[in-house]
Amino acid sequence: MAEKKYAYYSGCSQETSSKEYDISLRAVMKALDVELVEPEGWSCCGSTPAHTVNHVLAAALAARNLALVEKMNMPVLTTPCPSCLTAFKEANHRMENDSFKKDVNSLLDNPYNGTVDAKSSLQIIYEDIGLETIASKVKYVFTELKVAPYYGCIMNRPPALAKFDDPENPIAMDKILSALGLNVCDFAFKTECCGAGYGYTKKDMMKELTYKVLDMARDAGANCIAVACPVCQMNLDLNQKEINKDRGSDFNMPVIYFTQLMGLAFGCSPKELAIKKLIVNPDKLLKNRMLKSETDKGQDKEKLKASA
Amino acid sequence: MSDVGTKELRIVGFLCNWCSYGGADTAGVGRFKQPTDLRIIRVPCSGRVDPLFVVRALLTGADGVLVSGCHPRDCHYSEGNYYARRRLEMLRRLLQFMGIDEKRFHYTWVSASEGQKWQQVVTDFTKQVHELGPLHDKKEKAD
Amino acid sequence: MRVGVFICHCGSNIAGTVDVARVAAEARKIPGVAFATNYMYTCSEPGQDEIKAAIKRENLDRIVVAACSPRMHENTFRKTIQKAGLNKYFLEMANIREHIAWIGNDKELNTEKAIDAVSMAIAKVMQNKPLHATSFKINKRVLVIGGGVAGMQAALDCADGGLDVVLVEKSPAVGGIMARLDKTFPTIDCSICILGPKMVDVGQHEKIKLFAYSEIEEIKGYIGNYQIKIRKKATYVDWEKCTGCGLCMEKCPSKNSYDYFNFGVAPTKAINIPFPQAIPKKAKIDPNYCRQFLKGKCGVCAKICPTGAINYEMKDEIVTEEVGAIVVATGYGLLDQNILTEYGGTRYPDVISGIQYERLLNASGPTSGHIERPSDHTEPKTIVFVSCAGSRDKSIGVPYCSGFCCMYIAKQAILTKDHIPDSQSYVFYMDIRSPGKGYDEFTRRAQEEYGAQYIRGRVSKIYPKGKKMIVRGADTLLGTQVEIEADLVVLATAAIAAEGAAEMAEKLHISYDTFGFYVESHPKLRPVETNTSGVFLAGACQGPKDIPSSVGQGSAAAAKVLSLFSRDMLESDPAIAQVNTNACVGCLKCLKTCPFQAIVEDTLRSGKKVAKVIETVCAGCGVCTSTCPCGAIQLQHFTDNQLLSEVSAICQM
Repeated sequence: MAEKKYAYYSGCSQETSSKEYDISLRAVMKALDVELVEPEGWSCCGSTPAHTVNHVLAAALAARNLALVEKMNMPVLTTPCPSCLTAFKEANHRMENDSFKKDVNSLLDNPYNGTVDAKSSLQIIYEDIGLETIASKVKYVFTELKVAPYYGCIMNRPPALAKFDDPENPIAMDKILSALGLNVCDFAFKTECCGAGYGYTKKDMMKELTYKVLDMARDAGANCIAVACPVCQMNLDLNQKEINKDRGSDFNMPVIYFTQLMGLAFGCSPKELAIKKLIVNPDKLLKNRMLKSETDKGQDKEKLKASA
Repeated sequence: MSDVGTKELRIVGFLCNWCSYGGADTAGVGRFKQPTDLRIIRVPCSGRVDPLFVVRALLTGADGVLVSGCHPRDCHYSEGNYYARRRLEMLRRLLQFMGIDEKRFHYTWVSASEGQKWQQVVTDFTKQVHELGPLHDKKEKAD
Repeated sequence: MRVGVFICHCGSNIAGTVDVARVAAEARKIPGVAFATNYMYTCSEPGQDEIKAAIKRENLDRIVVAACSPRMHENTFRKTIQKAGLNKYFLEMANIREHIAWIGNDKELNTEKAIDAVSMAIAKVMQNKPLHATSFKINKRVLVIGGGVAGMQAALDCADGGLDVVLVEKSPAVGGIMARLDKTFPTIDCSICILGPKMVDVGQHEKIKLFAYSEIEEIKGYIGNYQIKIRKKATYVDWEKCTGCGLCMEKCPSKNSYDYFNFGVAPTKAINIPFPQAIPKKAKIDPNYCRQFLKGKCGVCAKICPTGAINYEMKDEIVTEEVGAIVVATGYGLLDQNILTEYGGTRYPDVISGIQYERLLNASGPTSGHIERPSDHTEPKTIVFVSCAGSRDKSIGVPYCSGFCCMYIAKQAILTKDHIPDSQSYVFYMDIRSPGKGYDEFTRRAQEEYGAQYIRGRVSKIYPKGKKMIVRGADTLLGTQVEIEADLVVLATAAIAAEGAAEMAEKLHISYDTFGFYVESHPKLRPVETNTSGVFLAGACQGPKDIPSSVGQGSAAAAKVLSLFSRDMLESDPAIAQVNTNACVGCLKCLKTCPFQAIVEDTLRSGKKVAKVIETVCAGCGVCTSTCPCGAIQLQHFTDNQLLSEVSAICQM
């Protein structure tokens, strides 16, 4: 039996455009001996369009899923997608108000009592599993990678709702990546907007914002970006060619899910992690890998040298 | 102005001179509107409040009693509020044996600078007592 | 018994929402009331005369005044009735302003409530007994806690007035924040040049006993008679022998100690004298950095010291001082920059706080007054100042304005131009707050004469790009976003309560607000008094203040102490506990609960053991009264009968 068990909501992106996030997360959780249970018959979280139209409707969409989890008697629902996360957290928050709760439950077949806590998979990995366990599972260290950790705009915001990490300078992913033995850059644009919200309506603005994030990552000395949000990933990954064309720049920076990096370090094959799905090919950066035991030896040698 | 809407009830408040009485003054100076049911008795320290005062008030006509002192560690007399806390907590648990709902009694800590908190305490407690209604079958006040 | 009741209109403050005439009419119906009236301003001279006249005319022996809070005017009216020949404890006040008129708009309900309040006061006053104060001697020495500019001013004024002063400063030298400043606004006076002589006076005044590097351990007693325990922290240098030559500091091999005086702008030595003008000019070892303490071997300072003052075995020492009054001048602290993560916290070396910049400007600072970037020691050309870095920001719990930042930013912008003529300063501001003599003109000079660019808006992010710091903010006047490439960014971090302010307040039994600033007795009329008589406030411990205000308060607190000490005897409050020896069974539960050890065991001539109250020690809390199982010990003026009569007045079924 698995050591830890969570209700798991993958969300629509992870079923479609960012399947690799779901695949890699499941692979990592398996390696970490964590069981993920999908609520049967889950539906849309209500994230993007609903809340701009009607708060009760939006909360009802989210609460329907939370009610399923409540029925499973599980206290925590985890989702990799920050947008789904916000939808769940906001529904929970708004439903603390009794009359709002009544309105929402009048729309649902099975009422939701507000007992399920929603947490991002990043938070679960950072807080519940912990850096020590992560470090202990590491088989390979990828020496070429210089990673800029990018959290996106809503993973830790609004702080009163997110209740996780710092809203301006989050460090959870930095620490996880460091535990994998990776070279992590001090990246100032961890939470800057990537512009994805304007992906269709104001393409120029989107490209401007995406450019800034990529540019800052390069300035920070990174050769790839680690992400935790499917929309950021798509946006940063997909648009590099077009930005290069517009600006004469030469970005060719892989944008990799932090779960994929974890999986690679744990010894999963690129196929198991659906690395191929990424647009900007990271293969060249992933070529050099060392057994962790060897890097340890290397460090020991250096230490010996230093002390001598 | 009783924002609870129904007829006024009788609520007695014992307030320590240094913190909570000052807090109620601060609320007044700030014009923080409150329900009017509360009648305030000034005591030097919440430690001066004999639990029997509370019982006496509840048995002879009060519908609720509120005691408020300085925050723990901030007592003007060093430790009077610690004695108050022990005595009043004991009293709270005893009230049900007298057939009195413990919700009719509340003790709390409000400092002299916390006018807004005082407004909140009075509003919440008055609402709580109104939800329980009158404790006694009162005769109309004789004129 | 003939009770007189006086209902005050307080202009329209009370009469606006309370039917005062009806309250007076209802009061007249209460048995025992001989006279009741309402009056426009009862506290005014004619109002008080009216009370005195009525006492004579109507032969009144108890008085109830229904007006504002007794915390405001109880003493006023006590004096009034005393002048008319009544014992001052024959007065009760009904608080119908703060507790009634100001918190409700329904005149009908307010009037009912006021009638109840007056009934309670009448019931109580009829139970009151005459009480007589005894007098006791005052110890005419004063303790000043904190040696910043406010504390030094208070100490010097008291000492010049002939009082013995004990001045306790927790850091190794007096001077406080002001000693760290380069220049002062709006005159651009050199800060240490005007403060230095005061510091020397404090060090040399024969009436001032200075305890530097010392903290208050314990405070016992009451106005006129305090016993203070002071912890003299170990400096590991015998200050009797230390001449302040500085040889030890020169030779000390531990070069990376945190420099508290310079707010960490540059490291200092493990043994150091904080700054050249330090008073006392004595060396001190920081055991967190000293090799002798960390590794157990070094001893360089001990070898080099010409007077043999170094003593690694030194321990903290507790000394006791007795005083009659206390001035608290513990100053303020600065917000931890690490909280401001949107500005990088302390991640970027070229984003510094205002006080650190002050040290960079200062000729006796770590860079000898040359402005340089901490990262690469180059001279910055573009400097951005961010005001309200934390201030007026509810989300981090500092909703208030820190008061002096707008002014010091203007000053620093002016000084920057003086130091580096080809530099350009930018100031992001929410509002320019410069109410003070010559203050607004000063901020204009910074803009008009010194070319500082003021941008109205907040900064949302600061991040590095190459060697520059990019400051991104809003320009709300242009309605646009701006980004400035800066070489150096200075944050005007918020002023917050001093470290340990709450613990100090608890030792002193004074109140502090949500933010840790001390609460004055009255926000307008008693700005340096506290609710604990004998304890006075000076400077920024009460709230952020600039230098002139702090100095003003220091002098004001000193004046209060001098006027208190102008008498030889003080009257004690007779509202203290009293034992009825007939009822006392000698269980002595009261002795165990008394917070002041004011109760002792006594044996009557009959051999009966009873409790006895030491009158001068009893503070009048009444814990003993609610402890006594047989009602034998009663707090005067708040006896069981008196309080229960108030309960009965409103709880008649």
